[in-house]
Amino acid sequence: MAPVRVLALWCPDWPVVAAEIVEGVPAHTPVAVFAANRVVACSPAARAEGVRRGLRKREAQSRCPGLTVVAHDPARDARAFEPVVAAVEEVAPGVEVTRPGVCAVAARGPAGYFGGEERAAERIVEHVAQACAVESQVGVADGVFAAVLAARAGRLVPPGGTPRFLAGLDVSVLDRPQLTDLLRRLGLRTLGDFAALPASDVLARFGFDAAYAHRLAAGRDDAPLAVRRPPPDLDVVETFDEPLDRVDAAAFAARALAGRLHERLAAHGLACTRVVVEAVTATGQELCRTWRHEGLLTAAAVADRVRWQLEGWLTGTGSARPTGGILRLRLAPDGVVAHTALQPGLWGETGERQDRAHRALTRVQGLLGPDAVVTAVLCGGRSPADRVRLVPWGEDRTPERDPAQPWPGALPPPAPATVLTEPLPAAVYAADGAPVSVTGRLEVSAPPARVVVGQPGEPVGIRGWAGPWPLDERWWAPEEARRQVWFQMCLVDGRALLLALRAGAWVVEAVYD
Amino acid sequence: MADIVALRRRVTVAPASTALHGLVRTADEVADSSRTLPVLPLLRPLLPGGGLRRGATVAVAPAPGDPSGRPPVGPAPPRPLASHGGTSLLLALLAAASRAGSWCAVVGVPTLGGVAAAEFGVDLGRLALVPNPGPEWTAVVAALLDGMDIVAAAPPGHVAPSVASRLAARARQRGSVLVPYGRWEGADVTLEAVRGVWYGVGQGHGRLRARQLTVAARGRGAAVRPKQLRIWLPAPGGGPPGAGNAGDPPVLTPVPGLAEPAVPGLAEPPRQEAV
Repeated sequence: MAPVRVLALWCPDWPVVAAEIVEGVPAHTPVAVFAANRVVACSPAARAEGVRRGLRKREAQSRCPGLTVVAHDPARDARAFEPVVAAVEEVAPGVEVTRPGVCAVAARGPAGYFGGEERAAERIVEHVAQACAVESQVGVADGVFAAVLAARAGRLVPPGGTPRFLAGLDVSVLDRPQLTDLLRRLGLRTLGDFAALPASDVLARFGFDAAYAHRLAAGRDDAPLAVRRPPPDLDVVETFDEPLDRVDAAAFAARALAGRLHERLAAHGLACTRVVVEAVTATGQELCRTWRHEGLLTAAAVADRVRWQLEGWLTGTGSARPTGGILRLRLAPDGVVAHTALQPGLWGETGERQDRAHRALTRVQGLLGPDAVVTAVLCGGRSPADRVRLVPWGEDRTPERDPAQPWPGALPPPAPATVLTEPLPAAVYAADGAPVSVTGRLEVSAPPARVVVGQPGEPVGIRGWAGPWPLDERWWAPEEARRQVWFQMCLVDGRALLLALRAGAWVVEAVYD
Repeated sequence: MADIVALRRRVTVAPASTALHGLVRTADEVADSSRTLPVLPLLRPLLPGGGLRRGATVAVAPAPGDPSGRPPVGPAPPRPLASHGGTSLLLALLAAASRAGSWCAVVGVPTLGGVAAAEFGVDLGRLALVPNPGPEWTAVVAALLDGMDIVAAAPPGHVAPSVASRLAARARQRGSVLVPYGRWEGADVTLEAVRGVWYGVGQGHGRLRARQLTVAARGRGAAVRPKQLRIWLPAPGGGPPGAGNAGDPPVLTPVPGLAEPAVPGLAEPPRQEAV
């Protein structure tokens, strides 16, 4: 099979350009992108100062003192390249993304459509420059490997001329450092020299990968293009002529939009586990919130969530309240899975009971608002209040802090059954009536004998007590720092309390109820 | 319908062979076992049928010293501070059913300790909390009774008898268990934590380890005889309380002065002591 004609598009110094697009690093100044302390890419200005690929950071900075250093982020490169790929797709379908910064299309289609490979190349470069403001070069050759090299050289290699074009290039373009090193030591400096070796001997001596490289060097790159399939657009958007500012109108719109989203997902055999609700108000304010669900979101569930969100926004108070009516509403499915991936329990048992419970809880959420129904998630932490996080029903139940970590200084079990949402002020007195205090060296001034809980409380005798147990956490973050001692106290009437003394003030944190 | 009745009669009347005698169960018994949610072994003697019968109302009464049974609305007087083991009793009541796969909801108890619930063995993934139902309390409890297996609800102040009987009827109809946590009239069984003795704390040393809780049960129907039981809640050694920890562990000493007072509320003649 003869190699196909391929048109490759190459954006020079892509990591630098991506850093400019995503993070606003000025690419016309000296910029270098580093991975593991080595230069991966640099801007033309930096190259003019002597910065090269592979230099150490210190060396690069000594050659170019004004160098802006950016960390390498492959995800950023790929993300920033997405619009470029979309722009190429608008001109020529069937794009293979070779790596961020390089993509390839089969040349035959665009060449025939635009009347020649040269015109097609011009057209693509122009369109990319217009759509994304990105400089690029195009090359055409037989096979992807040769086409990418042709793009770097900015050449249109005529059909059949690829082996000759490749023959003059250095072996380092194979991008196989070990093999390149070996070939150089054997005196093979160009791809032409390498290609001249008998293929069977290359396979026997250097292995499969080298044999593949040998095929590439000889211009026999017959791997077909791995064409990217553009992801289907699943978002639904609705623009309203009159800005929505009433809840009932918003709810009506939400229902229609949720139905459309569901139809679109069903058409692709998909379902979503999260939905992003975005609204743009008449004054241009943008509001966004993601709703999660443990199971799959049905049309009614999506409609409910959109309605709650709109209700929250339209009737909310404080900073979250939009300044105008809602002009545009967009629903984007997130966490998309194939619809068959969720299977109900075999006997209908768990599924049915779970469904009943979910329906009841959703109904309560509808009555009181989504945040009124919560579940507790165990988190890592030391105090009883820290060890539990309440998440709204149906949202993600991952703990903030890992409960499996050791957490030295945490209260020992049993945990108090009643944890006060607001600690109650208290006072603790010794037998002689003096307030009990604890020194910095954890010495209790006198054994506690009576405790008064609340402001007008009556003194209750203490039968047994344990402590002080110090807690000094997050001292490195002054906002969250906490320094206190804990006491467990058994009272005369049989109650057991967890008291804390912080900054000289006693509070009741929890009751061993 | 008629043939089911006939069949049932045949099952119960059938002269079973001696080998099969113990294995044959009447249709009523079979239905009963699926209509009762499990409870921890230590609570079984207190409940008729040894479990939470679906459709029943099992109240956990507030502390004896608290006349209102009111959840904390303002800062004073806060109810959580007046309770003597009621919350632990509530969590222990939910634990076995929750672990067996039942869905539970707790309404109107913002101070419920999640860690304690997990220690008692409640599955937090199937425990829904509605901490502040506000004025919609009745509607919320009714909606939850439709879908959850056990609904524990702290009534906001006095609940009118008509509302109470409506909710009880709803529970009966939907086959869920209503557990009012507070003053409630007309419950099938009312459990009450009478008093608790903590073990493990000394004068400036030790730590709270276990509590011996005296629980009283009274009710109507099968539960008309008042019962009283001393249970370990929480049990020594932590973890969910089991059946095998009835005796005093040797290492634990009760908080001084609290070991042997006269037990209040034991004047009623028919009482059962199982220590």
